[in-house]
Amino acid sequence: MTDPFAIWVYLSASPLLWLTLTLIVWLASDALARAAGRHPLVNPVLISITLMAGILIATGAPYKTYFEGAQFVHFLLGPATVAIAVPLVRHRALVRANLLPMLAALVAGALTAVVSAVGVAAAFGAPRAVLVSLAPKSVTAGIAMAISENLGGVPALTAVLVITTGIIGAVVVTPLMNALKIDDYAARGFAVGLASHGIGTARAFVVDEVAGTFAGIAMGLNGVVTSLVVPLLMRWM
Amino acid sequence: MIRALALLLVCQLVGEIVARMAALPVPGPVIGLALLAFGAILHARVTGADASAIETADVGRVATALLGSLGLLFVPAGVGVVQQLPVVGAYGLALFSALVGSTVLTLIVTVYVFLAVKRLTSRRNAP
Repeated sequence: MTDPFAIWVYLSASPLLWLTLTLIVWLASDALARAAGRHPLVNPVLISITLMAGILIATGAPYKTYFEGAQFVHFLLGPATVAIAVPLVRHRALVRANLLPMLAALVAGALTAVVSAVGVAAAFGAPRAVLVSLAPKSVTAGIAMAISENLGGVPALTAVLVITTGIIGAVVVTPLMNALKIDDYAARGFAVGLASHGIGTARAFVVDEVAGTFAGIAMGLNGVVTSLVVPLLMRWM
Repeated sequence: MIRALALLLVCQLVGEIVARMAALPVPGPVIGLALLAFGAILHARVTGADASAIETADVGRVATALLGSLGLLFVPAGVGVVQQLPVVGAYGLALFSALVGSTVLTLIVTVYVFLAVKRLTSRRNAP
Protein backbone atom coordinates (compact mmCIF):
# COMPACT_ATOMS: atom_id res chain seq x y z
CA MET A 1 0.00 0.00 0.00
CA THR A 2 1.19 3.49 -0.82
CA ASP A 3 2.17 5.68 2.09
CA PRO A 4 -0.79 8.07 2.83
CA PHE A 5 1.66 10.97 2.96
CA ALA A 6 2.75 10.19 -0.60
CA ILE A 7 -0.90 10.26 -1.68
CA TRP A 8 -1.33 13.64 0.06
CA VAL A 9 1.78 15.03 -1.58
CA TYR A 10 0.42 13.94 -4.96
CA LEU A 11 -3.16 15.15 -4.41
CA SER A 12 -2.27 18.47 -2.77
CA ALA A 13 -0.44 19.45 -5.95
CA SER A 14 -3.28 18.40 -8.25
CA PRO A 15 -6.20 20.57 -9.43
CA LEU A 16 -8.64 17.73 -8.64
CA LEU A 17 -8.30 18.06 -4.86
CA TRP A 18 -8.72 21.84 -4.73
CA LEU A 19 -11.61 21.97 -7.19
CA THR A 20 -13.42 19.21 -5.27
CA LEU A 21 -12.79 20.91 -1.93
CA THR A 22 -14.05 24.25 -3.27
CA LEU A 23 -17.33 22.62 -4.34
CA ILE A 24 -17.73 20.67 -1.08
CA VAL A 25 -16.99 23.70 1.09
CA TRP A 26 -19.55 25.70 -0.94
CA LEU A 27 -22.21 22.97 -0.64
CA ALA A 28 -21.67 22.80 3.13
CA SER A 29 -21.80 26.61 3.49
CA ASP A 30 -24.89 26.83 1.31
CA ALA A 31 -26.60 24.05 3.30
CA LEU A 32 -25.79 25.99 6.47
CA ALA A 33 -27.27 29.16 4.96
CA ARG A 34 -30.40 27.27 3.94
CA ALA A 35 -30.71 25.72 7.42
CA ALA A 36 -30.51 29.26 8.82
CA GLY A 37 -33.46 30.23 6.61
CA ARG A 38 -31.15 32.30 4.35
CA HIS A 39 -30.45 34.62 7.27
CA PRO A 40 -28.37 37.52 5.86
CA LEU A 41 -25.63 37.08 8.47
CA VAL A 42 -25.08 33.45 7.42
CA ASN A 43 -23.57 34.44 4.08
CA PRO A 44 -22.37 31.36 2.18
CA VAL A 45 -19.72 33.32 0.22
CA LEU A 46 -18.11 34.61 3.42
CA ILE A 47 -18.28 31.20 5.12
CA SER A 48 -16.78 29.41 2.10
CA ILE A 49 -13.95 31.91 1.73
CA THR A 50 -13.12 31.71 5.44
CA LEU A 51 -13.18 27.90 5.52
CA MET A 52 -11.18 27.52 2.33
CA ALA A 53 -8.58 30.09 3.41
CA GLY A 54 -8.35 28.24 6.75
CA ILE A 55 -7.72 24.95 4.94
CA LEU A 56 -4.95 26.55 2.87
CA ILE A 57 -3.29 28.00 5.96
CA ALA A 58 -3.63 24.72 7.89
CA THR A 59 -2.14 22.62 5.07
CA GLY A 60 0.39 25.21 3.95
CA ALA A 61 -0.79 24.78 0.35
CA PRO A 62 0.19 27.78 -1.81
CA TYR A 63 -2.62 29.84 -3.35
CA LYS A 64 -1.19 29.20 -6.82
CA THR A 65 -1.70 25.44 -6.42
CA TYR A 66 -5.20 25.99 -5.02
CA PHE A 67 -6.11 28.25 -7.93
CA GLU A 68 -5.04 25.67 -10.51
CA GLY A 69 -8.06 23.69 -9.35
CA ALA A 70 -10.37 26.53 -8.39
CA GLN A 71 -9.85 28.37 -11.68
CA PHE A 72 -12.52 26.18 -13.30
CA VAL A 73 -15.07 27.71 -10.92
CA HIS A 74 -13.58 31.20 -11.28
CA PHE A 75 -13.82 30.92 -15.07
CA LEU A 76 -17.61 30.55 -14.88
CA LEU A 77 -17.94 34.17 -13.68
CA GLY A 78 -17.88 35.31 -17.33
CA PRO A 79 -20.58 32.96 -18.66
CA ALA A 80 -22.66 33.58 -15.50
CA THR A 81 -22.58 37.33 -16.20
CA VAL A 82 -23.76 36.70 -19.77
CA ALA A 83 -26.47 34.43 -18.31
CA ILE A 84 -28.12 37.41 -16.55
CA ALA A 85 -29.55 38.09 -20.05
CA VAL A 86 -32.10 35.32 -19.42
CA PRO A 87 -33.90 36.88 -16.41
CA LEU A 88 -33.38 40.28 -18.10
CA VAL A 89 -35.37 39.12 -21.15
CA ARG A 90 -38.03 37.61 -18.90
CA HIS A 91 -38.48 40.86 -16.96
CA ARG A 92 -37.86 43.18 -19.96
CA ALA A 93 -41.20 44.98 -19.55
CA LEU A 94 -40.39 45.84 -15.93
CA VAL A 95 -36.87 46.93 -16.92
CA ARG A 96 -38.23 49.19 -19.67
CA ALA A 97 -40.75 50.71 -17.27
CA ASN A 98 -37.94 51.57 -14.82
CA LEU A 99 -35.40 53.13 -17.19
CA LEU A 100 -35.57 56.64 -15.71
CA PRO A 101 -35.47 55.55 -12.05
CA MET A 102 -32.46 53.34 -12.91
CA LEU A 103 -30.61 56.16 -14.66
CA ALA A 104 -31.14 58.63 -11.80
CA ALA A 105 -30.27 56.06 -9.13
CA LEU A 106 -27.18 55.06 -11.11
CA VAL A 107 -25.73 58.58 -11.15
CA ALA A 108 -26.64 59.34 -7.53
CA GLY A 109 -25.47 55.93 -6.26
CA ALA A 110 -22.18 55.87 -8.19
CA LEU A 111 -21.20 59.33 -6.90
CA THR A 112 -22.22 58.47 -3.32
CA ALA A 113 -20.21 55.24 -3.41
CA VAL A 114 -16.99 56.97 -4.45
CA VAL A 115 -17.25 60.25 -2.53
CA SER A 116 -18.42 58.76 0.79
CA ALA A 117 -15.75 56.05 0.87
CA VAL A 118 -12.93 58.43 -0.05
CA GLY A 119 -14.27 61.06 2.36
CA VAL A 120 -14.32 58.75 5.39
CA ALA A 121 -10.86 57.33 4.69
CA ALA A 122 -9.44 60.83 4.09
CA ALA A 123 -10.87 61.93 7.44
CA PHE A 124 -8.83 59.10 9.01
CA GLY A 125 -5.75 60.51 7.29
CA ALA A 126 -5.24 57.78 4.69
CA PRO A 127 -2.68 58.73 2.01
CA ARG A 128 -3.55 59.29 -1.62
CA ALA A 129 -2.51 55.83 -2.89
CA VAL A 130 -4.89 54.25 -0.36
CA LEU A 131 -7.73 56.62 -1.33
CA VAL A 132 -7.25 55.82 -5.02
CA SER A 133 -7.27 52.09 -4.23
CA LEU A 134 -10.51 52.55 -2.26
CA ALA A 135 -12.44 54.80 -4.67
CA PRO A 136 -13.66 52.09 -7.12
CA LYS A 137 -14.59 49.57 -4.38
CA SER A 138 -18.22 49.17 -5.46
CA VAL A 139 -17.53 47.75 -8.93
CA THR A 140 -16.43 44.35 -10.22
CA ALA A 141 -12.86 43.45 -9.24
CA GLY A 142 -11.58 43.48 -12.83
CA ILE A 143 -12.69 47.05 -13.53
CA ALA A 144 -11.83 48.31 -10.04
CA MET A 145 -8.27 46.99 -10.20
CA ALA A 146 -7.74 48.58 -13.61
CA ILE A 147 -9.01 51.97 -12.38
CA SER A 148 -6.83 51.75 -9.27
CA GLU A 149 -3.72 50.80 -11.22
CA ASN A 150 -4.19 53.57 -13.82
CA LEU A 151 -4.39 56.24 -11.10
CA GLY A 152 -1.47 55.06 -8.99
CA GLY A 153 -3.35 52.88 -6.50
CA VAL A 154 -2.46 49.39 -5.28
CA PRO A 155 -4.50 46.80 -7.24
CA ALA A 156 -4.05 44.08 -4.58
CA LEU A 157 -5.47 46.44 -1.94
CA THR A 158 -8.34 47.30 -4.29
CA ALA A 159 -9.14 43.58 -4.69
CA VAL A 160 -9.37 43.18 -0.90
CA LEU A 161 -11.62 46.26 -0.60
CA VAL A 162 -13.86 45.17 -3.51
CA ILE A 163 -14.50 41.69 -2.11
CA THR A 164 -15.08 43.09 1.40
CA THR A 165 -17.56 45.65 0.01
CA GLY A 166 -19.39 42.85 -1.79
CA ILE A 167 -19.77 40.86 1.40
CA ILE A 168 -20.78 43.89 3.51
CA GLY A 169 -23.52 44.79 1.00
CA ALA A 170 -24.75 41.20 0.74
CA VAL A 171 -24.99 40.92 4.54
CA VAL A 172 -26.48 44.38 5.18
CA VAL A 173 -28.97 44.80 2.32
CA THR A 174 -31.85 42.61 3.54
CA PRO A 175 -32.07 43.90 7.14
CA LEU A 176 -31.51 47.49 5.96
CA MET A 177 -34.23 47.41 3.27
CA ASN A 178 -36.63 45.63 5.63
CA ALA A 179 -35.98 48.26 8.33
CA LEU A 180 -36.69 51.00 5.77
CA LYS A 181 -39.88 49.09 4.82
CA ILE A 182 -38.95 49.04 1.11
CA ASP A 183 -40.77 46.25 -0.71
CA ASP A 184 -39.94 47.22 -4.31
CA TYR A 185 -37.59 44.40 -5.30
CA ALA A 186 -36.48 46.18 -8.47
CA ALA A 187 -35.23 49.12 -6.37
CA ARG A 188 -33.70 46.88 -3.67
CA GLY A 189 -31.88 44.79 -6.25
CA PHE A 190 -30.64 47.81 -8.18
CA ALA A 191 -29.20 49.31 -4.98
CA VAL A 192 -27.29 46.20 -3.94
CA GLY A 193 -25.94 45.52 -7.45
CA LEU A 194 -24.70 49.11 -7.63
CA ALA A 195 -23.17 49.18 -4.14
CA SER A 196 -21.83 45.63 -3.99
CA HIS A 197 -21.34 44.32 -7.57
CA GLY A 198 -21.50 40.54 -8.17
CA ILE A 199 -21.50 39.38 -4.55
CA GLY A 200 -24.46 41.68 -3.87
CA THR A 201 -26.07 40.37 -7.06
CA ALA A 202 -25.58 36.78 -5.89
CA ARG A 203 -27.43 37.63 -2.66
CA ALA A 204 -30.19 39.38 -4.65
CA PHE A 205 -30.77 36.28 -6.83
CA VAL A 206 -31.17 34.20 -3.66
CA VAL A 207 -33.83 36.59 -2.32
CA ASP A 208 -35.82 37.34 -5.48
CA GLU A 209 -35.36 36.94 -9.26
CA VAL A 210 -36.48 40.50 -10.05
CA ALA A 211 -34.01 41.82 -7.47
CA GLY A 212 -31.27 39.69 -9.01
CA THR A 213 -32.02 40.97 -12.52
CA PHE A 214 -31.92 44.63 -11.47
CA ALA A 215 -28.78 43.98 -9.42
CA GLY A 216 -27.10 42.55 -12.52
CA ILE A 217 -28.05 45.60 -14.58
CA ALA A 218 -26.81 47.98 -11.87
CA MET A 219 -23.53 46.08 -11.59
CA GLY A 220 -22.89 46.40 -15.34
CA LEU A 221 -23.87 50.08 -15.52
CA ASN A 222 -21.94 51.12 -12.41
CA GLY A 223 -18.78 49.56 -13.84
CA VAL A 224 -18.99 52.04 -16.70
CA VAL A 225 -19.98 55.10 -14.64
CA THR A 226 -17.38 54.50 -11.92
CA SER A 227 -14.56 54.11 -14.43
CA LEU A 228 -15.53 57.52 -15.83
CA VAL A 229 -16.18 59.23 -12.47
CA VAL A 230 -13.17 58.12 -10.40
CA PRO A 231 -10.46 59.66 -12.65
CA LEU A 232 -12.42 62.96 -12.72
CA LEU A 233 -12.97 63.09 -8.95
CA MET A 234 -9.42 62.04 -8.07
CA ARG A 235 -8.08 64.96 -10.09
CA TRP A 236 -9.56 67.28 -7.43
CA MET A 237 -8.05 65.36 -4.54
CA MET B 1 -26.31 21.80 -22.46
CA ILE B 2 -23.19 22.06 -24.64
CA ARG B 3 -25.09 24.26 -27.11
CA ALA B 4 -26.15 26.52 -24.25
CA LEU B 5 -22.61 26.79 -22.87
CA ALA B 6 -21.29 27.47 -26.36
CA LEU B 7 -23.89 30.23 -26.83
CA LEU B 8 -22.90 31.89 -23.53
CA LEU B 9 -19.21 31.64 -24.41
CA VAL B 10 -19.72 32.99 -27.93
CA CYS B 11 -21.53 36.03 -26.49
CA GLN B 12 -18.74 36.54 -23.95
CA LEU B 13 -16.04 36.13 -26.62
CA VAL B 14 -17.68 38.63 -28.98
CA GLY B 15 -18.12 40.94 -25.96
CA GLU B 16 -14.40 40.69 -25.12
CA ILE B 17 -13.42 41.42 -28.72
CA VAL B 18 -15.75 44.43 -28.95
CA ALA B 19 -14.61 45.79 -25.56
CA ARG B 20 -10.96 45.53 -26.52
CA MET B 21 -11.33 46.86 -30.07
CA ALA B 22 -13.37 49.86 -28.95
CA ALA B 23 -11.29 50.25 -25.72
CA LEU B 24 -14.56 50.41 -23.74
CA PRO B 25 -14.51 50.58 -19.93
CA VAL B 26 -17.08 47.73 -19.94
CA PRO B 27 -16.07 44.12 -19.26
CA GLY B 28 -16.57 41.70 -22.15
CA PRO B 29 -19.15 39.58 -20.29
CA VAL B 30 -21.38 42.63 -19.72
CA ILE B 31 -21.36 43.35 -23.48
CA GLY B 32 -22.05 39.63 -23.96
CA LEU B 33 -25.06 39.98 -21.64
CA ALA B 34 -26.45 42.80 -23.76
CA LEU B 35 -25.78 40.84 -26.98
CA LEU B 36 -27.63 37.77 -25.70
CA ALA B 37 -30.59 39.82 -24.44
CA PHE B 38 -30.96 41.81 -27.67
CA GLY B 39 -30.34 38.66 -29.70
CA ALA B 40 -33.11 36.79 -27.91
CA ILE B 41 -35.59 39.66 -28.28
CA LEU B 42 -34.67 40.14 -31.96
CA HIS B 43 -34.89 36.42 -32.65
CA ALA B 44 -38.33 36.30 -31.05
CA ARG B 45 -39.51 39.29 -33.08
CA VAL B 46 -38.30 37.72 -36.36
CA THR B 47 -39.75 34.27 -35.66
CA GLY B 48 -42.90 35.64 -34.05
CA ALA B 49 -42.25 33.61 -30.89
CA ASP B 50 -42.34 34.88 -27.32
CA ALA B 51 -38.89 36.05 -26.19
CA SER B 52 -39.58 34.62 -22.73
CA ALA B 53 -39.27 31.17 -24.31
CA ILE B 54 -35.51 31.63 -23.77
CA GLU B 55 -36.16 30.54 -20.19
CA THR B 56 -37.33 27.06 -21.03
CA ALA B 57 -34.68 26.69 -23.76
CA ASP B 58 -31.37 24.97 -22.96
CA VAL B 59 -29.64 28.28 -22.38
CA GLY B 60 -32.34 29.30 -19.93
CA ARG B 61 -31.84 26.19 -17.81
CA VAL B 62 -28.05 26.58 -17.79
CA ALA B 63 -28.45 30.28 -16.92
CA THR B 64 -30.79 29.51 -14.04
CA ALA B 65 -28.36 26.91 -12.70
CA LEU B 66 -25.38 29.29 -12.93
CA LEU B 67 -27.22 32.21 -11.34
CA GLY B 68 -28.60 29.99 -8.59
CA SER B 69 -25.03 29.36 -7.39
CA LEU B 70 -23.51 32.69 -8.36
CA GLY B 71 -21.93 33.08 -4.92
CA LEU B 72 -19.76 29.99 -5.43
CA LEU B 73 -18.01 31.66 -8.35
CA PHE B 74 -16.58 34.37 -6.07
CA VAL B 75 -14.93 31.91 -3.70
CA PRO B 76 -11.61 31.39 -5.56
CA ALA B 77 -10.99 35.15 -5.86
CA GLY B 78 -12.11 35.66 -2.28
CA VAL B 79 -9.63 33.10 -0.97
CA GLY B 80 -6.89 34.95 -2.84
CA VAL B 81 -7.98 38.15 -1.15
CA VAL B 82 -7.62 36.61 2.33
CA GLN B 83 -3.97 36.00 1.48
CA GLN B 84 -3.59 39.65 0.50
CA LEU B 85 -5.10 40.95 3.77
CA PRO B 86 -1.74 42.27 5.07
CA VAL B 87 -1.74 44.95 2.32
CA VAL B 88 -4.49 46.67 4.33
CA GLY B 89 -1.70 47.58 6.74
CA ALA B 90 -2.06 50.44 9.20
CA TYR B 91 -5.27 51.71 7.64
CA GLY B 92 -7.39 48.64 8.42
CA LEU B 93 -9.79 50.46 10.74
CA ALA B 94 -10.09 53.53 8.50
CA LEU B 95 -10.78 51.36 5.46
CA PHE B 96 -13.29 49.11 7.19
CA SER B 97 -15.20 52.14 8.53
CA ALA B 98 -15.15 53.68 5.04
CA LEU B 99 -16.47 50.46 3.48
CA VAL B 100 -19.30 49.92 5.96
CA GLY B 101 -20.34 53.59 6.02
CA SER B 102 -20.12 54.03 2.29
CA THR B 103 -21.92 50.78 1.45
CA VAL B 104 -24.85 51.53 3.77
CA LEU B 105 -25.10 55.13 2.53
CA THR B 106 -24.88 54.03 -1.13
CA LEU B 107 -27.67 51.47 -0.62
CA ILE B 108 -29.91 54.10 1.00
CA VAL B 109 -29.23 56.87 -1.56
CA THR B 110 -29.65 54.51 -4.53
CA VAL B 111 -32.88 52.94 -3.35
CA TYR B 112 -34.51 56.28 -2.42
CA VAL B 113 -33.51 58.03 -5.66
CA PHE B 114 -34.86 55.03 -7.60
CA LEU B 115 -38.18 55.14 -5.74
CA ALA B 116 -38.50 58.95 -5.89
CA VAL B 117 -37.99 59.09 -9.66
CA LYS B 118 -40.32 56.13 -10.11
CA ARG B 119 -43.02 57.94 -8.14
CA LEU B 120 -42.51 61.13 -10.20
CA THR B 121 -42.61 59.37 -13.57
CA SER B 122 -45.58 57.15 -12.75
CA ARG B 123 -47.56 60.18 -11.51
CA ARG B 124 -46.92 61.93 -14.82
CA ASN B 125 -47.99 58.88 -16.79
CA ALA B 126 -51.13 58.38 -14.74
CA PRO B 127 -54.38 59.35 -16.50
